[in-house]
Amino acid sequence: MAAKAAALPSPKARRSLAPGLAIGISTLYLSVIVLLPLAALAWRAHGWDAITSEQAVSSLKLTVIASAIVALVNALAGTAIAWTLVRDRFLGQGVVNAIVDMPFALPTIVAGLTLLALYGPRSPVDVNVAFTRWAILLALLFVTLPFVVRTVQPVLLELDREMEDAAASLGANRLATFRRIVLPNILPAILSGVALAFARAVGEFGAVVLISGNLPFKTEVASVYVFGRIESGDPGGAAAASVVILAITFGVLLGIGGVRRWATRHDR
Amino acid sequence: MIGKYGLRFVSLGYLAVLLVAPVSYVFWKTFEHGFGPAWDAVTTPNAVHALKVTLILTAVAVPANTIFGILCALAIVRHRFPGAGIVNAVVDLPLALSPVVVGLALLLLYGREGWLGGHGVVFALPGMVLATIFVSLPFVVREVVPVLREIGTEQEQAAATLGASALQTFRRVTWPAIRWAVAYGVVLTTARALGEFGAVSVVSGRLAGETESLTLHVQDRYQSFDEVGAYAAAVVLALIAVATLILMTRLKPKEETQ
Repeated sequence: MAAKAAALPSPKARRSLAPGLAIGISTLYLSVIVLLPLAALAWRAHGWDAITSEQAVSSLKLTVIASAIVALVNALAGTAIAWTLVRDRFLGQGVVNAIVDMPFALPTIVAGLTLLALYGPRSPVDVNVAFTRWAILLALLFVTLPFVVRTVQPVLLELDREMEDAAASLGANRLATFRRIVLPNILPAILSGVALAFARAVGEFGAVVLISGNLPFKTEVASVYVFGRIESGDPGGAAAASVVILAITFGVLLGIGGVRRWATRHDR
Repeated sequence: MIGKYGLRFVSLGYLAVLLVAPVSYVFWKTFEHGFGPAWDAVTTPNAVHALKVTLILTAVAVPANTIFGILCALAIVRHRFPGAGIVNAVVDLPLALSPVVVGLALLLLYGREGWLGGHGVVFALPGMVLATIFVSLPFVVREVVPVLREIGTEQEQAAATLGASALQTFRRVTWPAIRWAVAYGVVLTTARALGEFGAVSVVSGRLAGETESLTLHVQDRYQSFDEVGAYAAAVVLALIAVATLILMTRLKPKEETQ
């Protein structure tokens, strides 16, 4: 062992090589895989006419509004589900907890297909939302379900219940306790989950493409619009709309970073 | 008390209507007329080839992103270097960016008029591999970074003081601490790679029996009005998803107890 160690270069020399290697390889990999294609995208984006065309504006508007509604529903439903998973006790809770992750594991095209099967034109329960805006909401709610649950759940688990007991003993009812004690503690987690869900919804394609019908001006979301531009041989227009989507996504991600910093500041 | 049961009812009802019912219904529809038709549908040459393509994409993307993920997490957490903040933000981008935008970016870079065009990347397997690597890139990094932050550098410094090389320190001290996080990241990466649709759809050219992955095959079967074929392929993907879910729940507690 000692002989082997002596044969190696001095520890100091090897240590100074390692960080450079890790930084170098990761930066190179990121540049080639992510940054270079995005640079090509920005370079080739031309024709602001393409973005300001009625069809592009309509699809972007629909996407942002639908994503905002979906984010709001997730704020409520996600918090309720997280609460049920943490504070409630019932048979099969472990299974329910695992099922929440299903949208992360299930391919989006499969998600869209299953929704279309049950809530489409051949629905066995007589609910047909296919080719309407309701279908877009349904598909986006499916794929974004885990975000708020998974950000709120750990915070709720950590939350000290003595504060709530104290509030209750001072005469606060359940609603007041939730609003004044629990909500301020879990709000940053809700906000960051909601923002992730919003960003994901803005870019969603696979779950929406089958069930929405992709009718221009009615049920065509931004990703589907970009796909249509590519198919009809207008890569410049597709790239222009893509740059808008890219900007929204990056903006939301930066916002989440902001929320996290704000949350940790309030923690201390 | 009513409030408690009411909330339970709403939460479970929401999950049932949105997730459980549609997925169960497709399972039921697939095997409605027995196992035979479903089996025939997933053993057609095109379906088998599509599964093979999907497995190839995953087999390249997962190891590449795992090695990158560990190195990148080490770079972000352990070393201060100019541009670390940008690296951090760029790593998150594939989590939320529209896969169609990803596909288009690759198309514009490697396509006919692209900077690196004319090497048979686009509308072929290499382009699909690049798309899959792009969309499944962040998961290992995102799982390993918090664990590295939490374990700190004391043990690593101690090992270095005792004369361990960087490689020895990594193998004996860092790796045992992060391996469950890496495993969880690998499971997430695999799930994302197997299920990628939008980006691959743009760069593949969608030639059945050639550049069609299993997710593209689902869409192709559905649009050819072959419902059984679409449902059966979807069930194969869903079964892989269920296996992934089981692995995720198995790995999660271990990660959290660290």
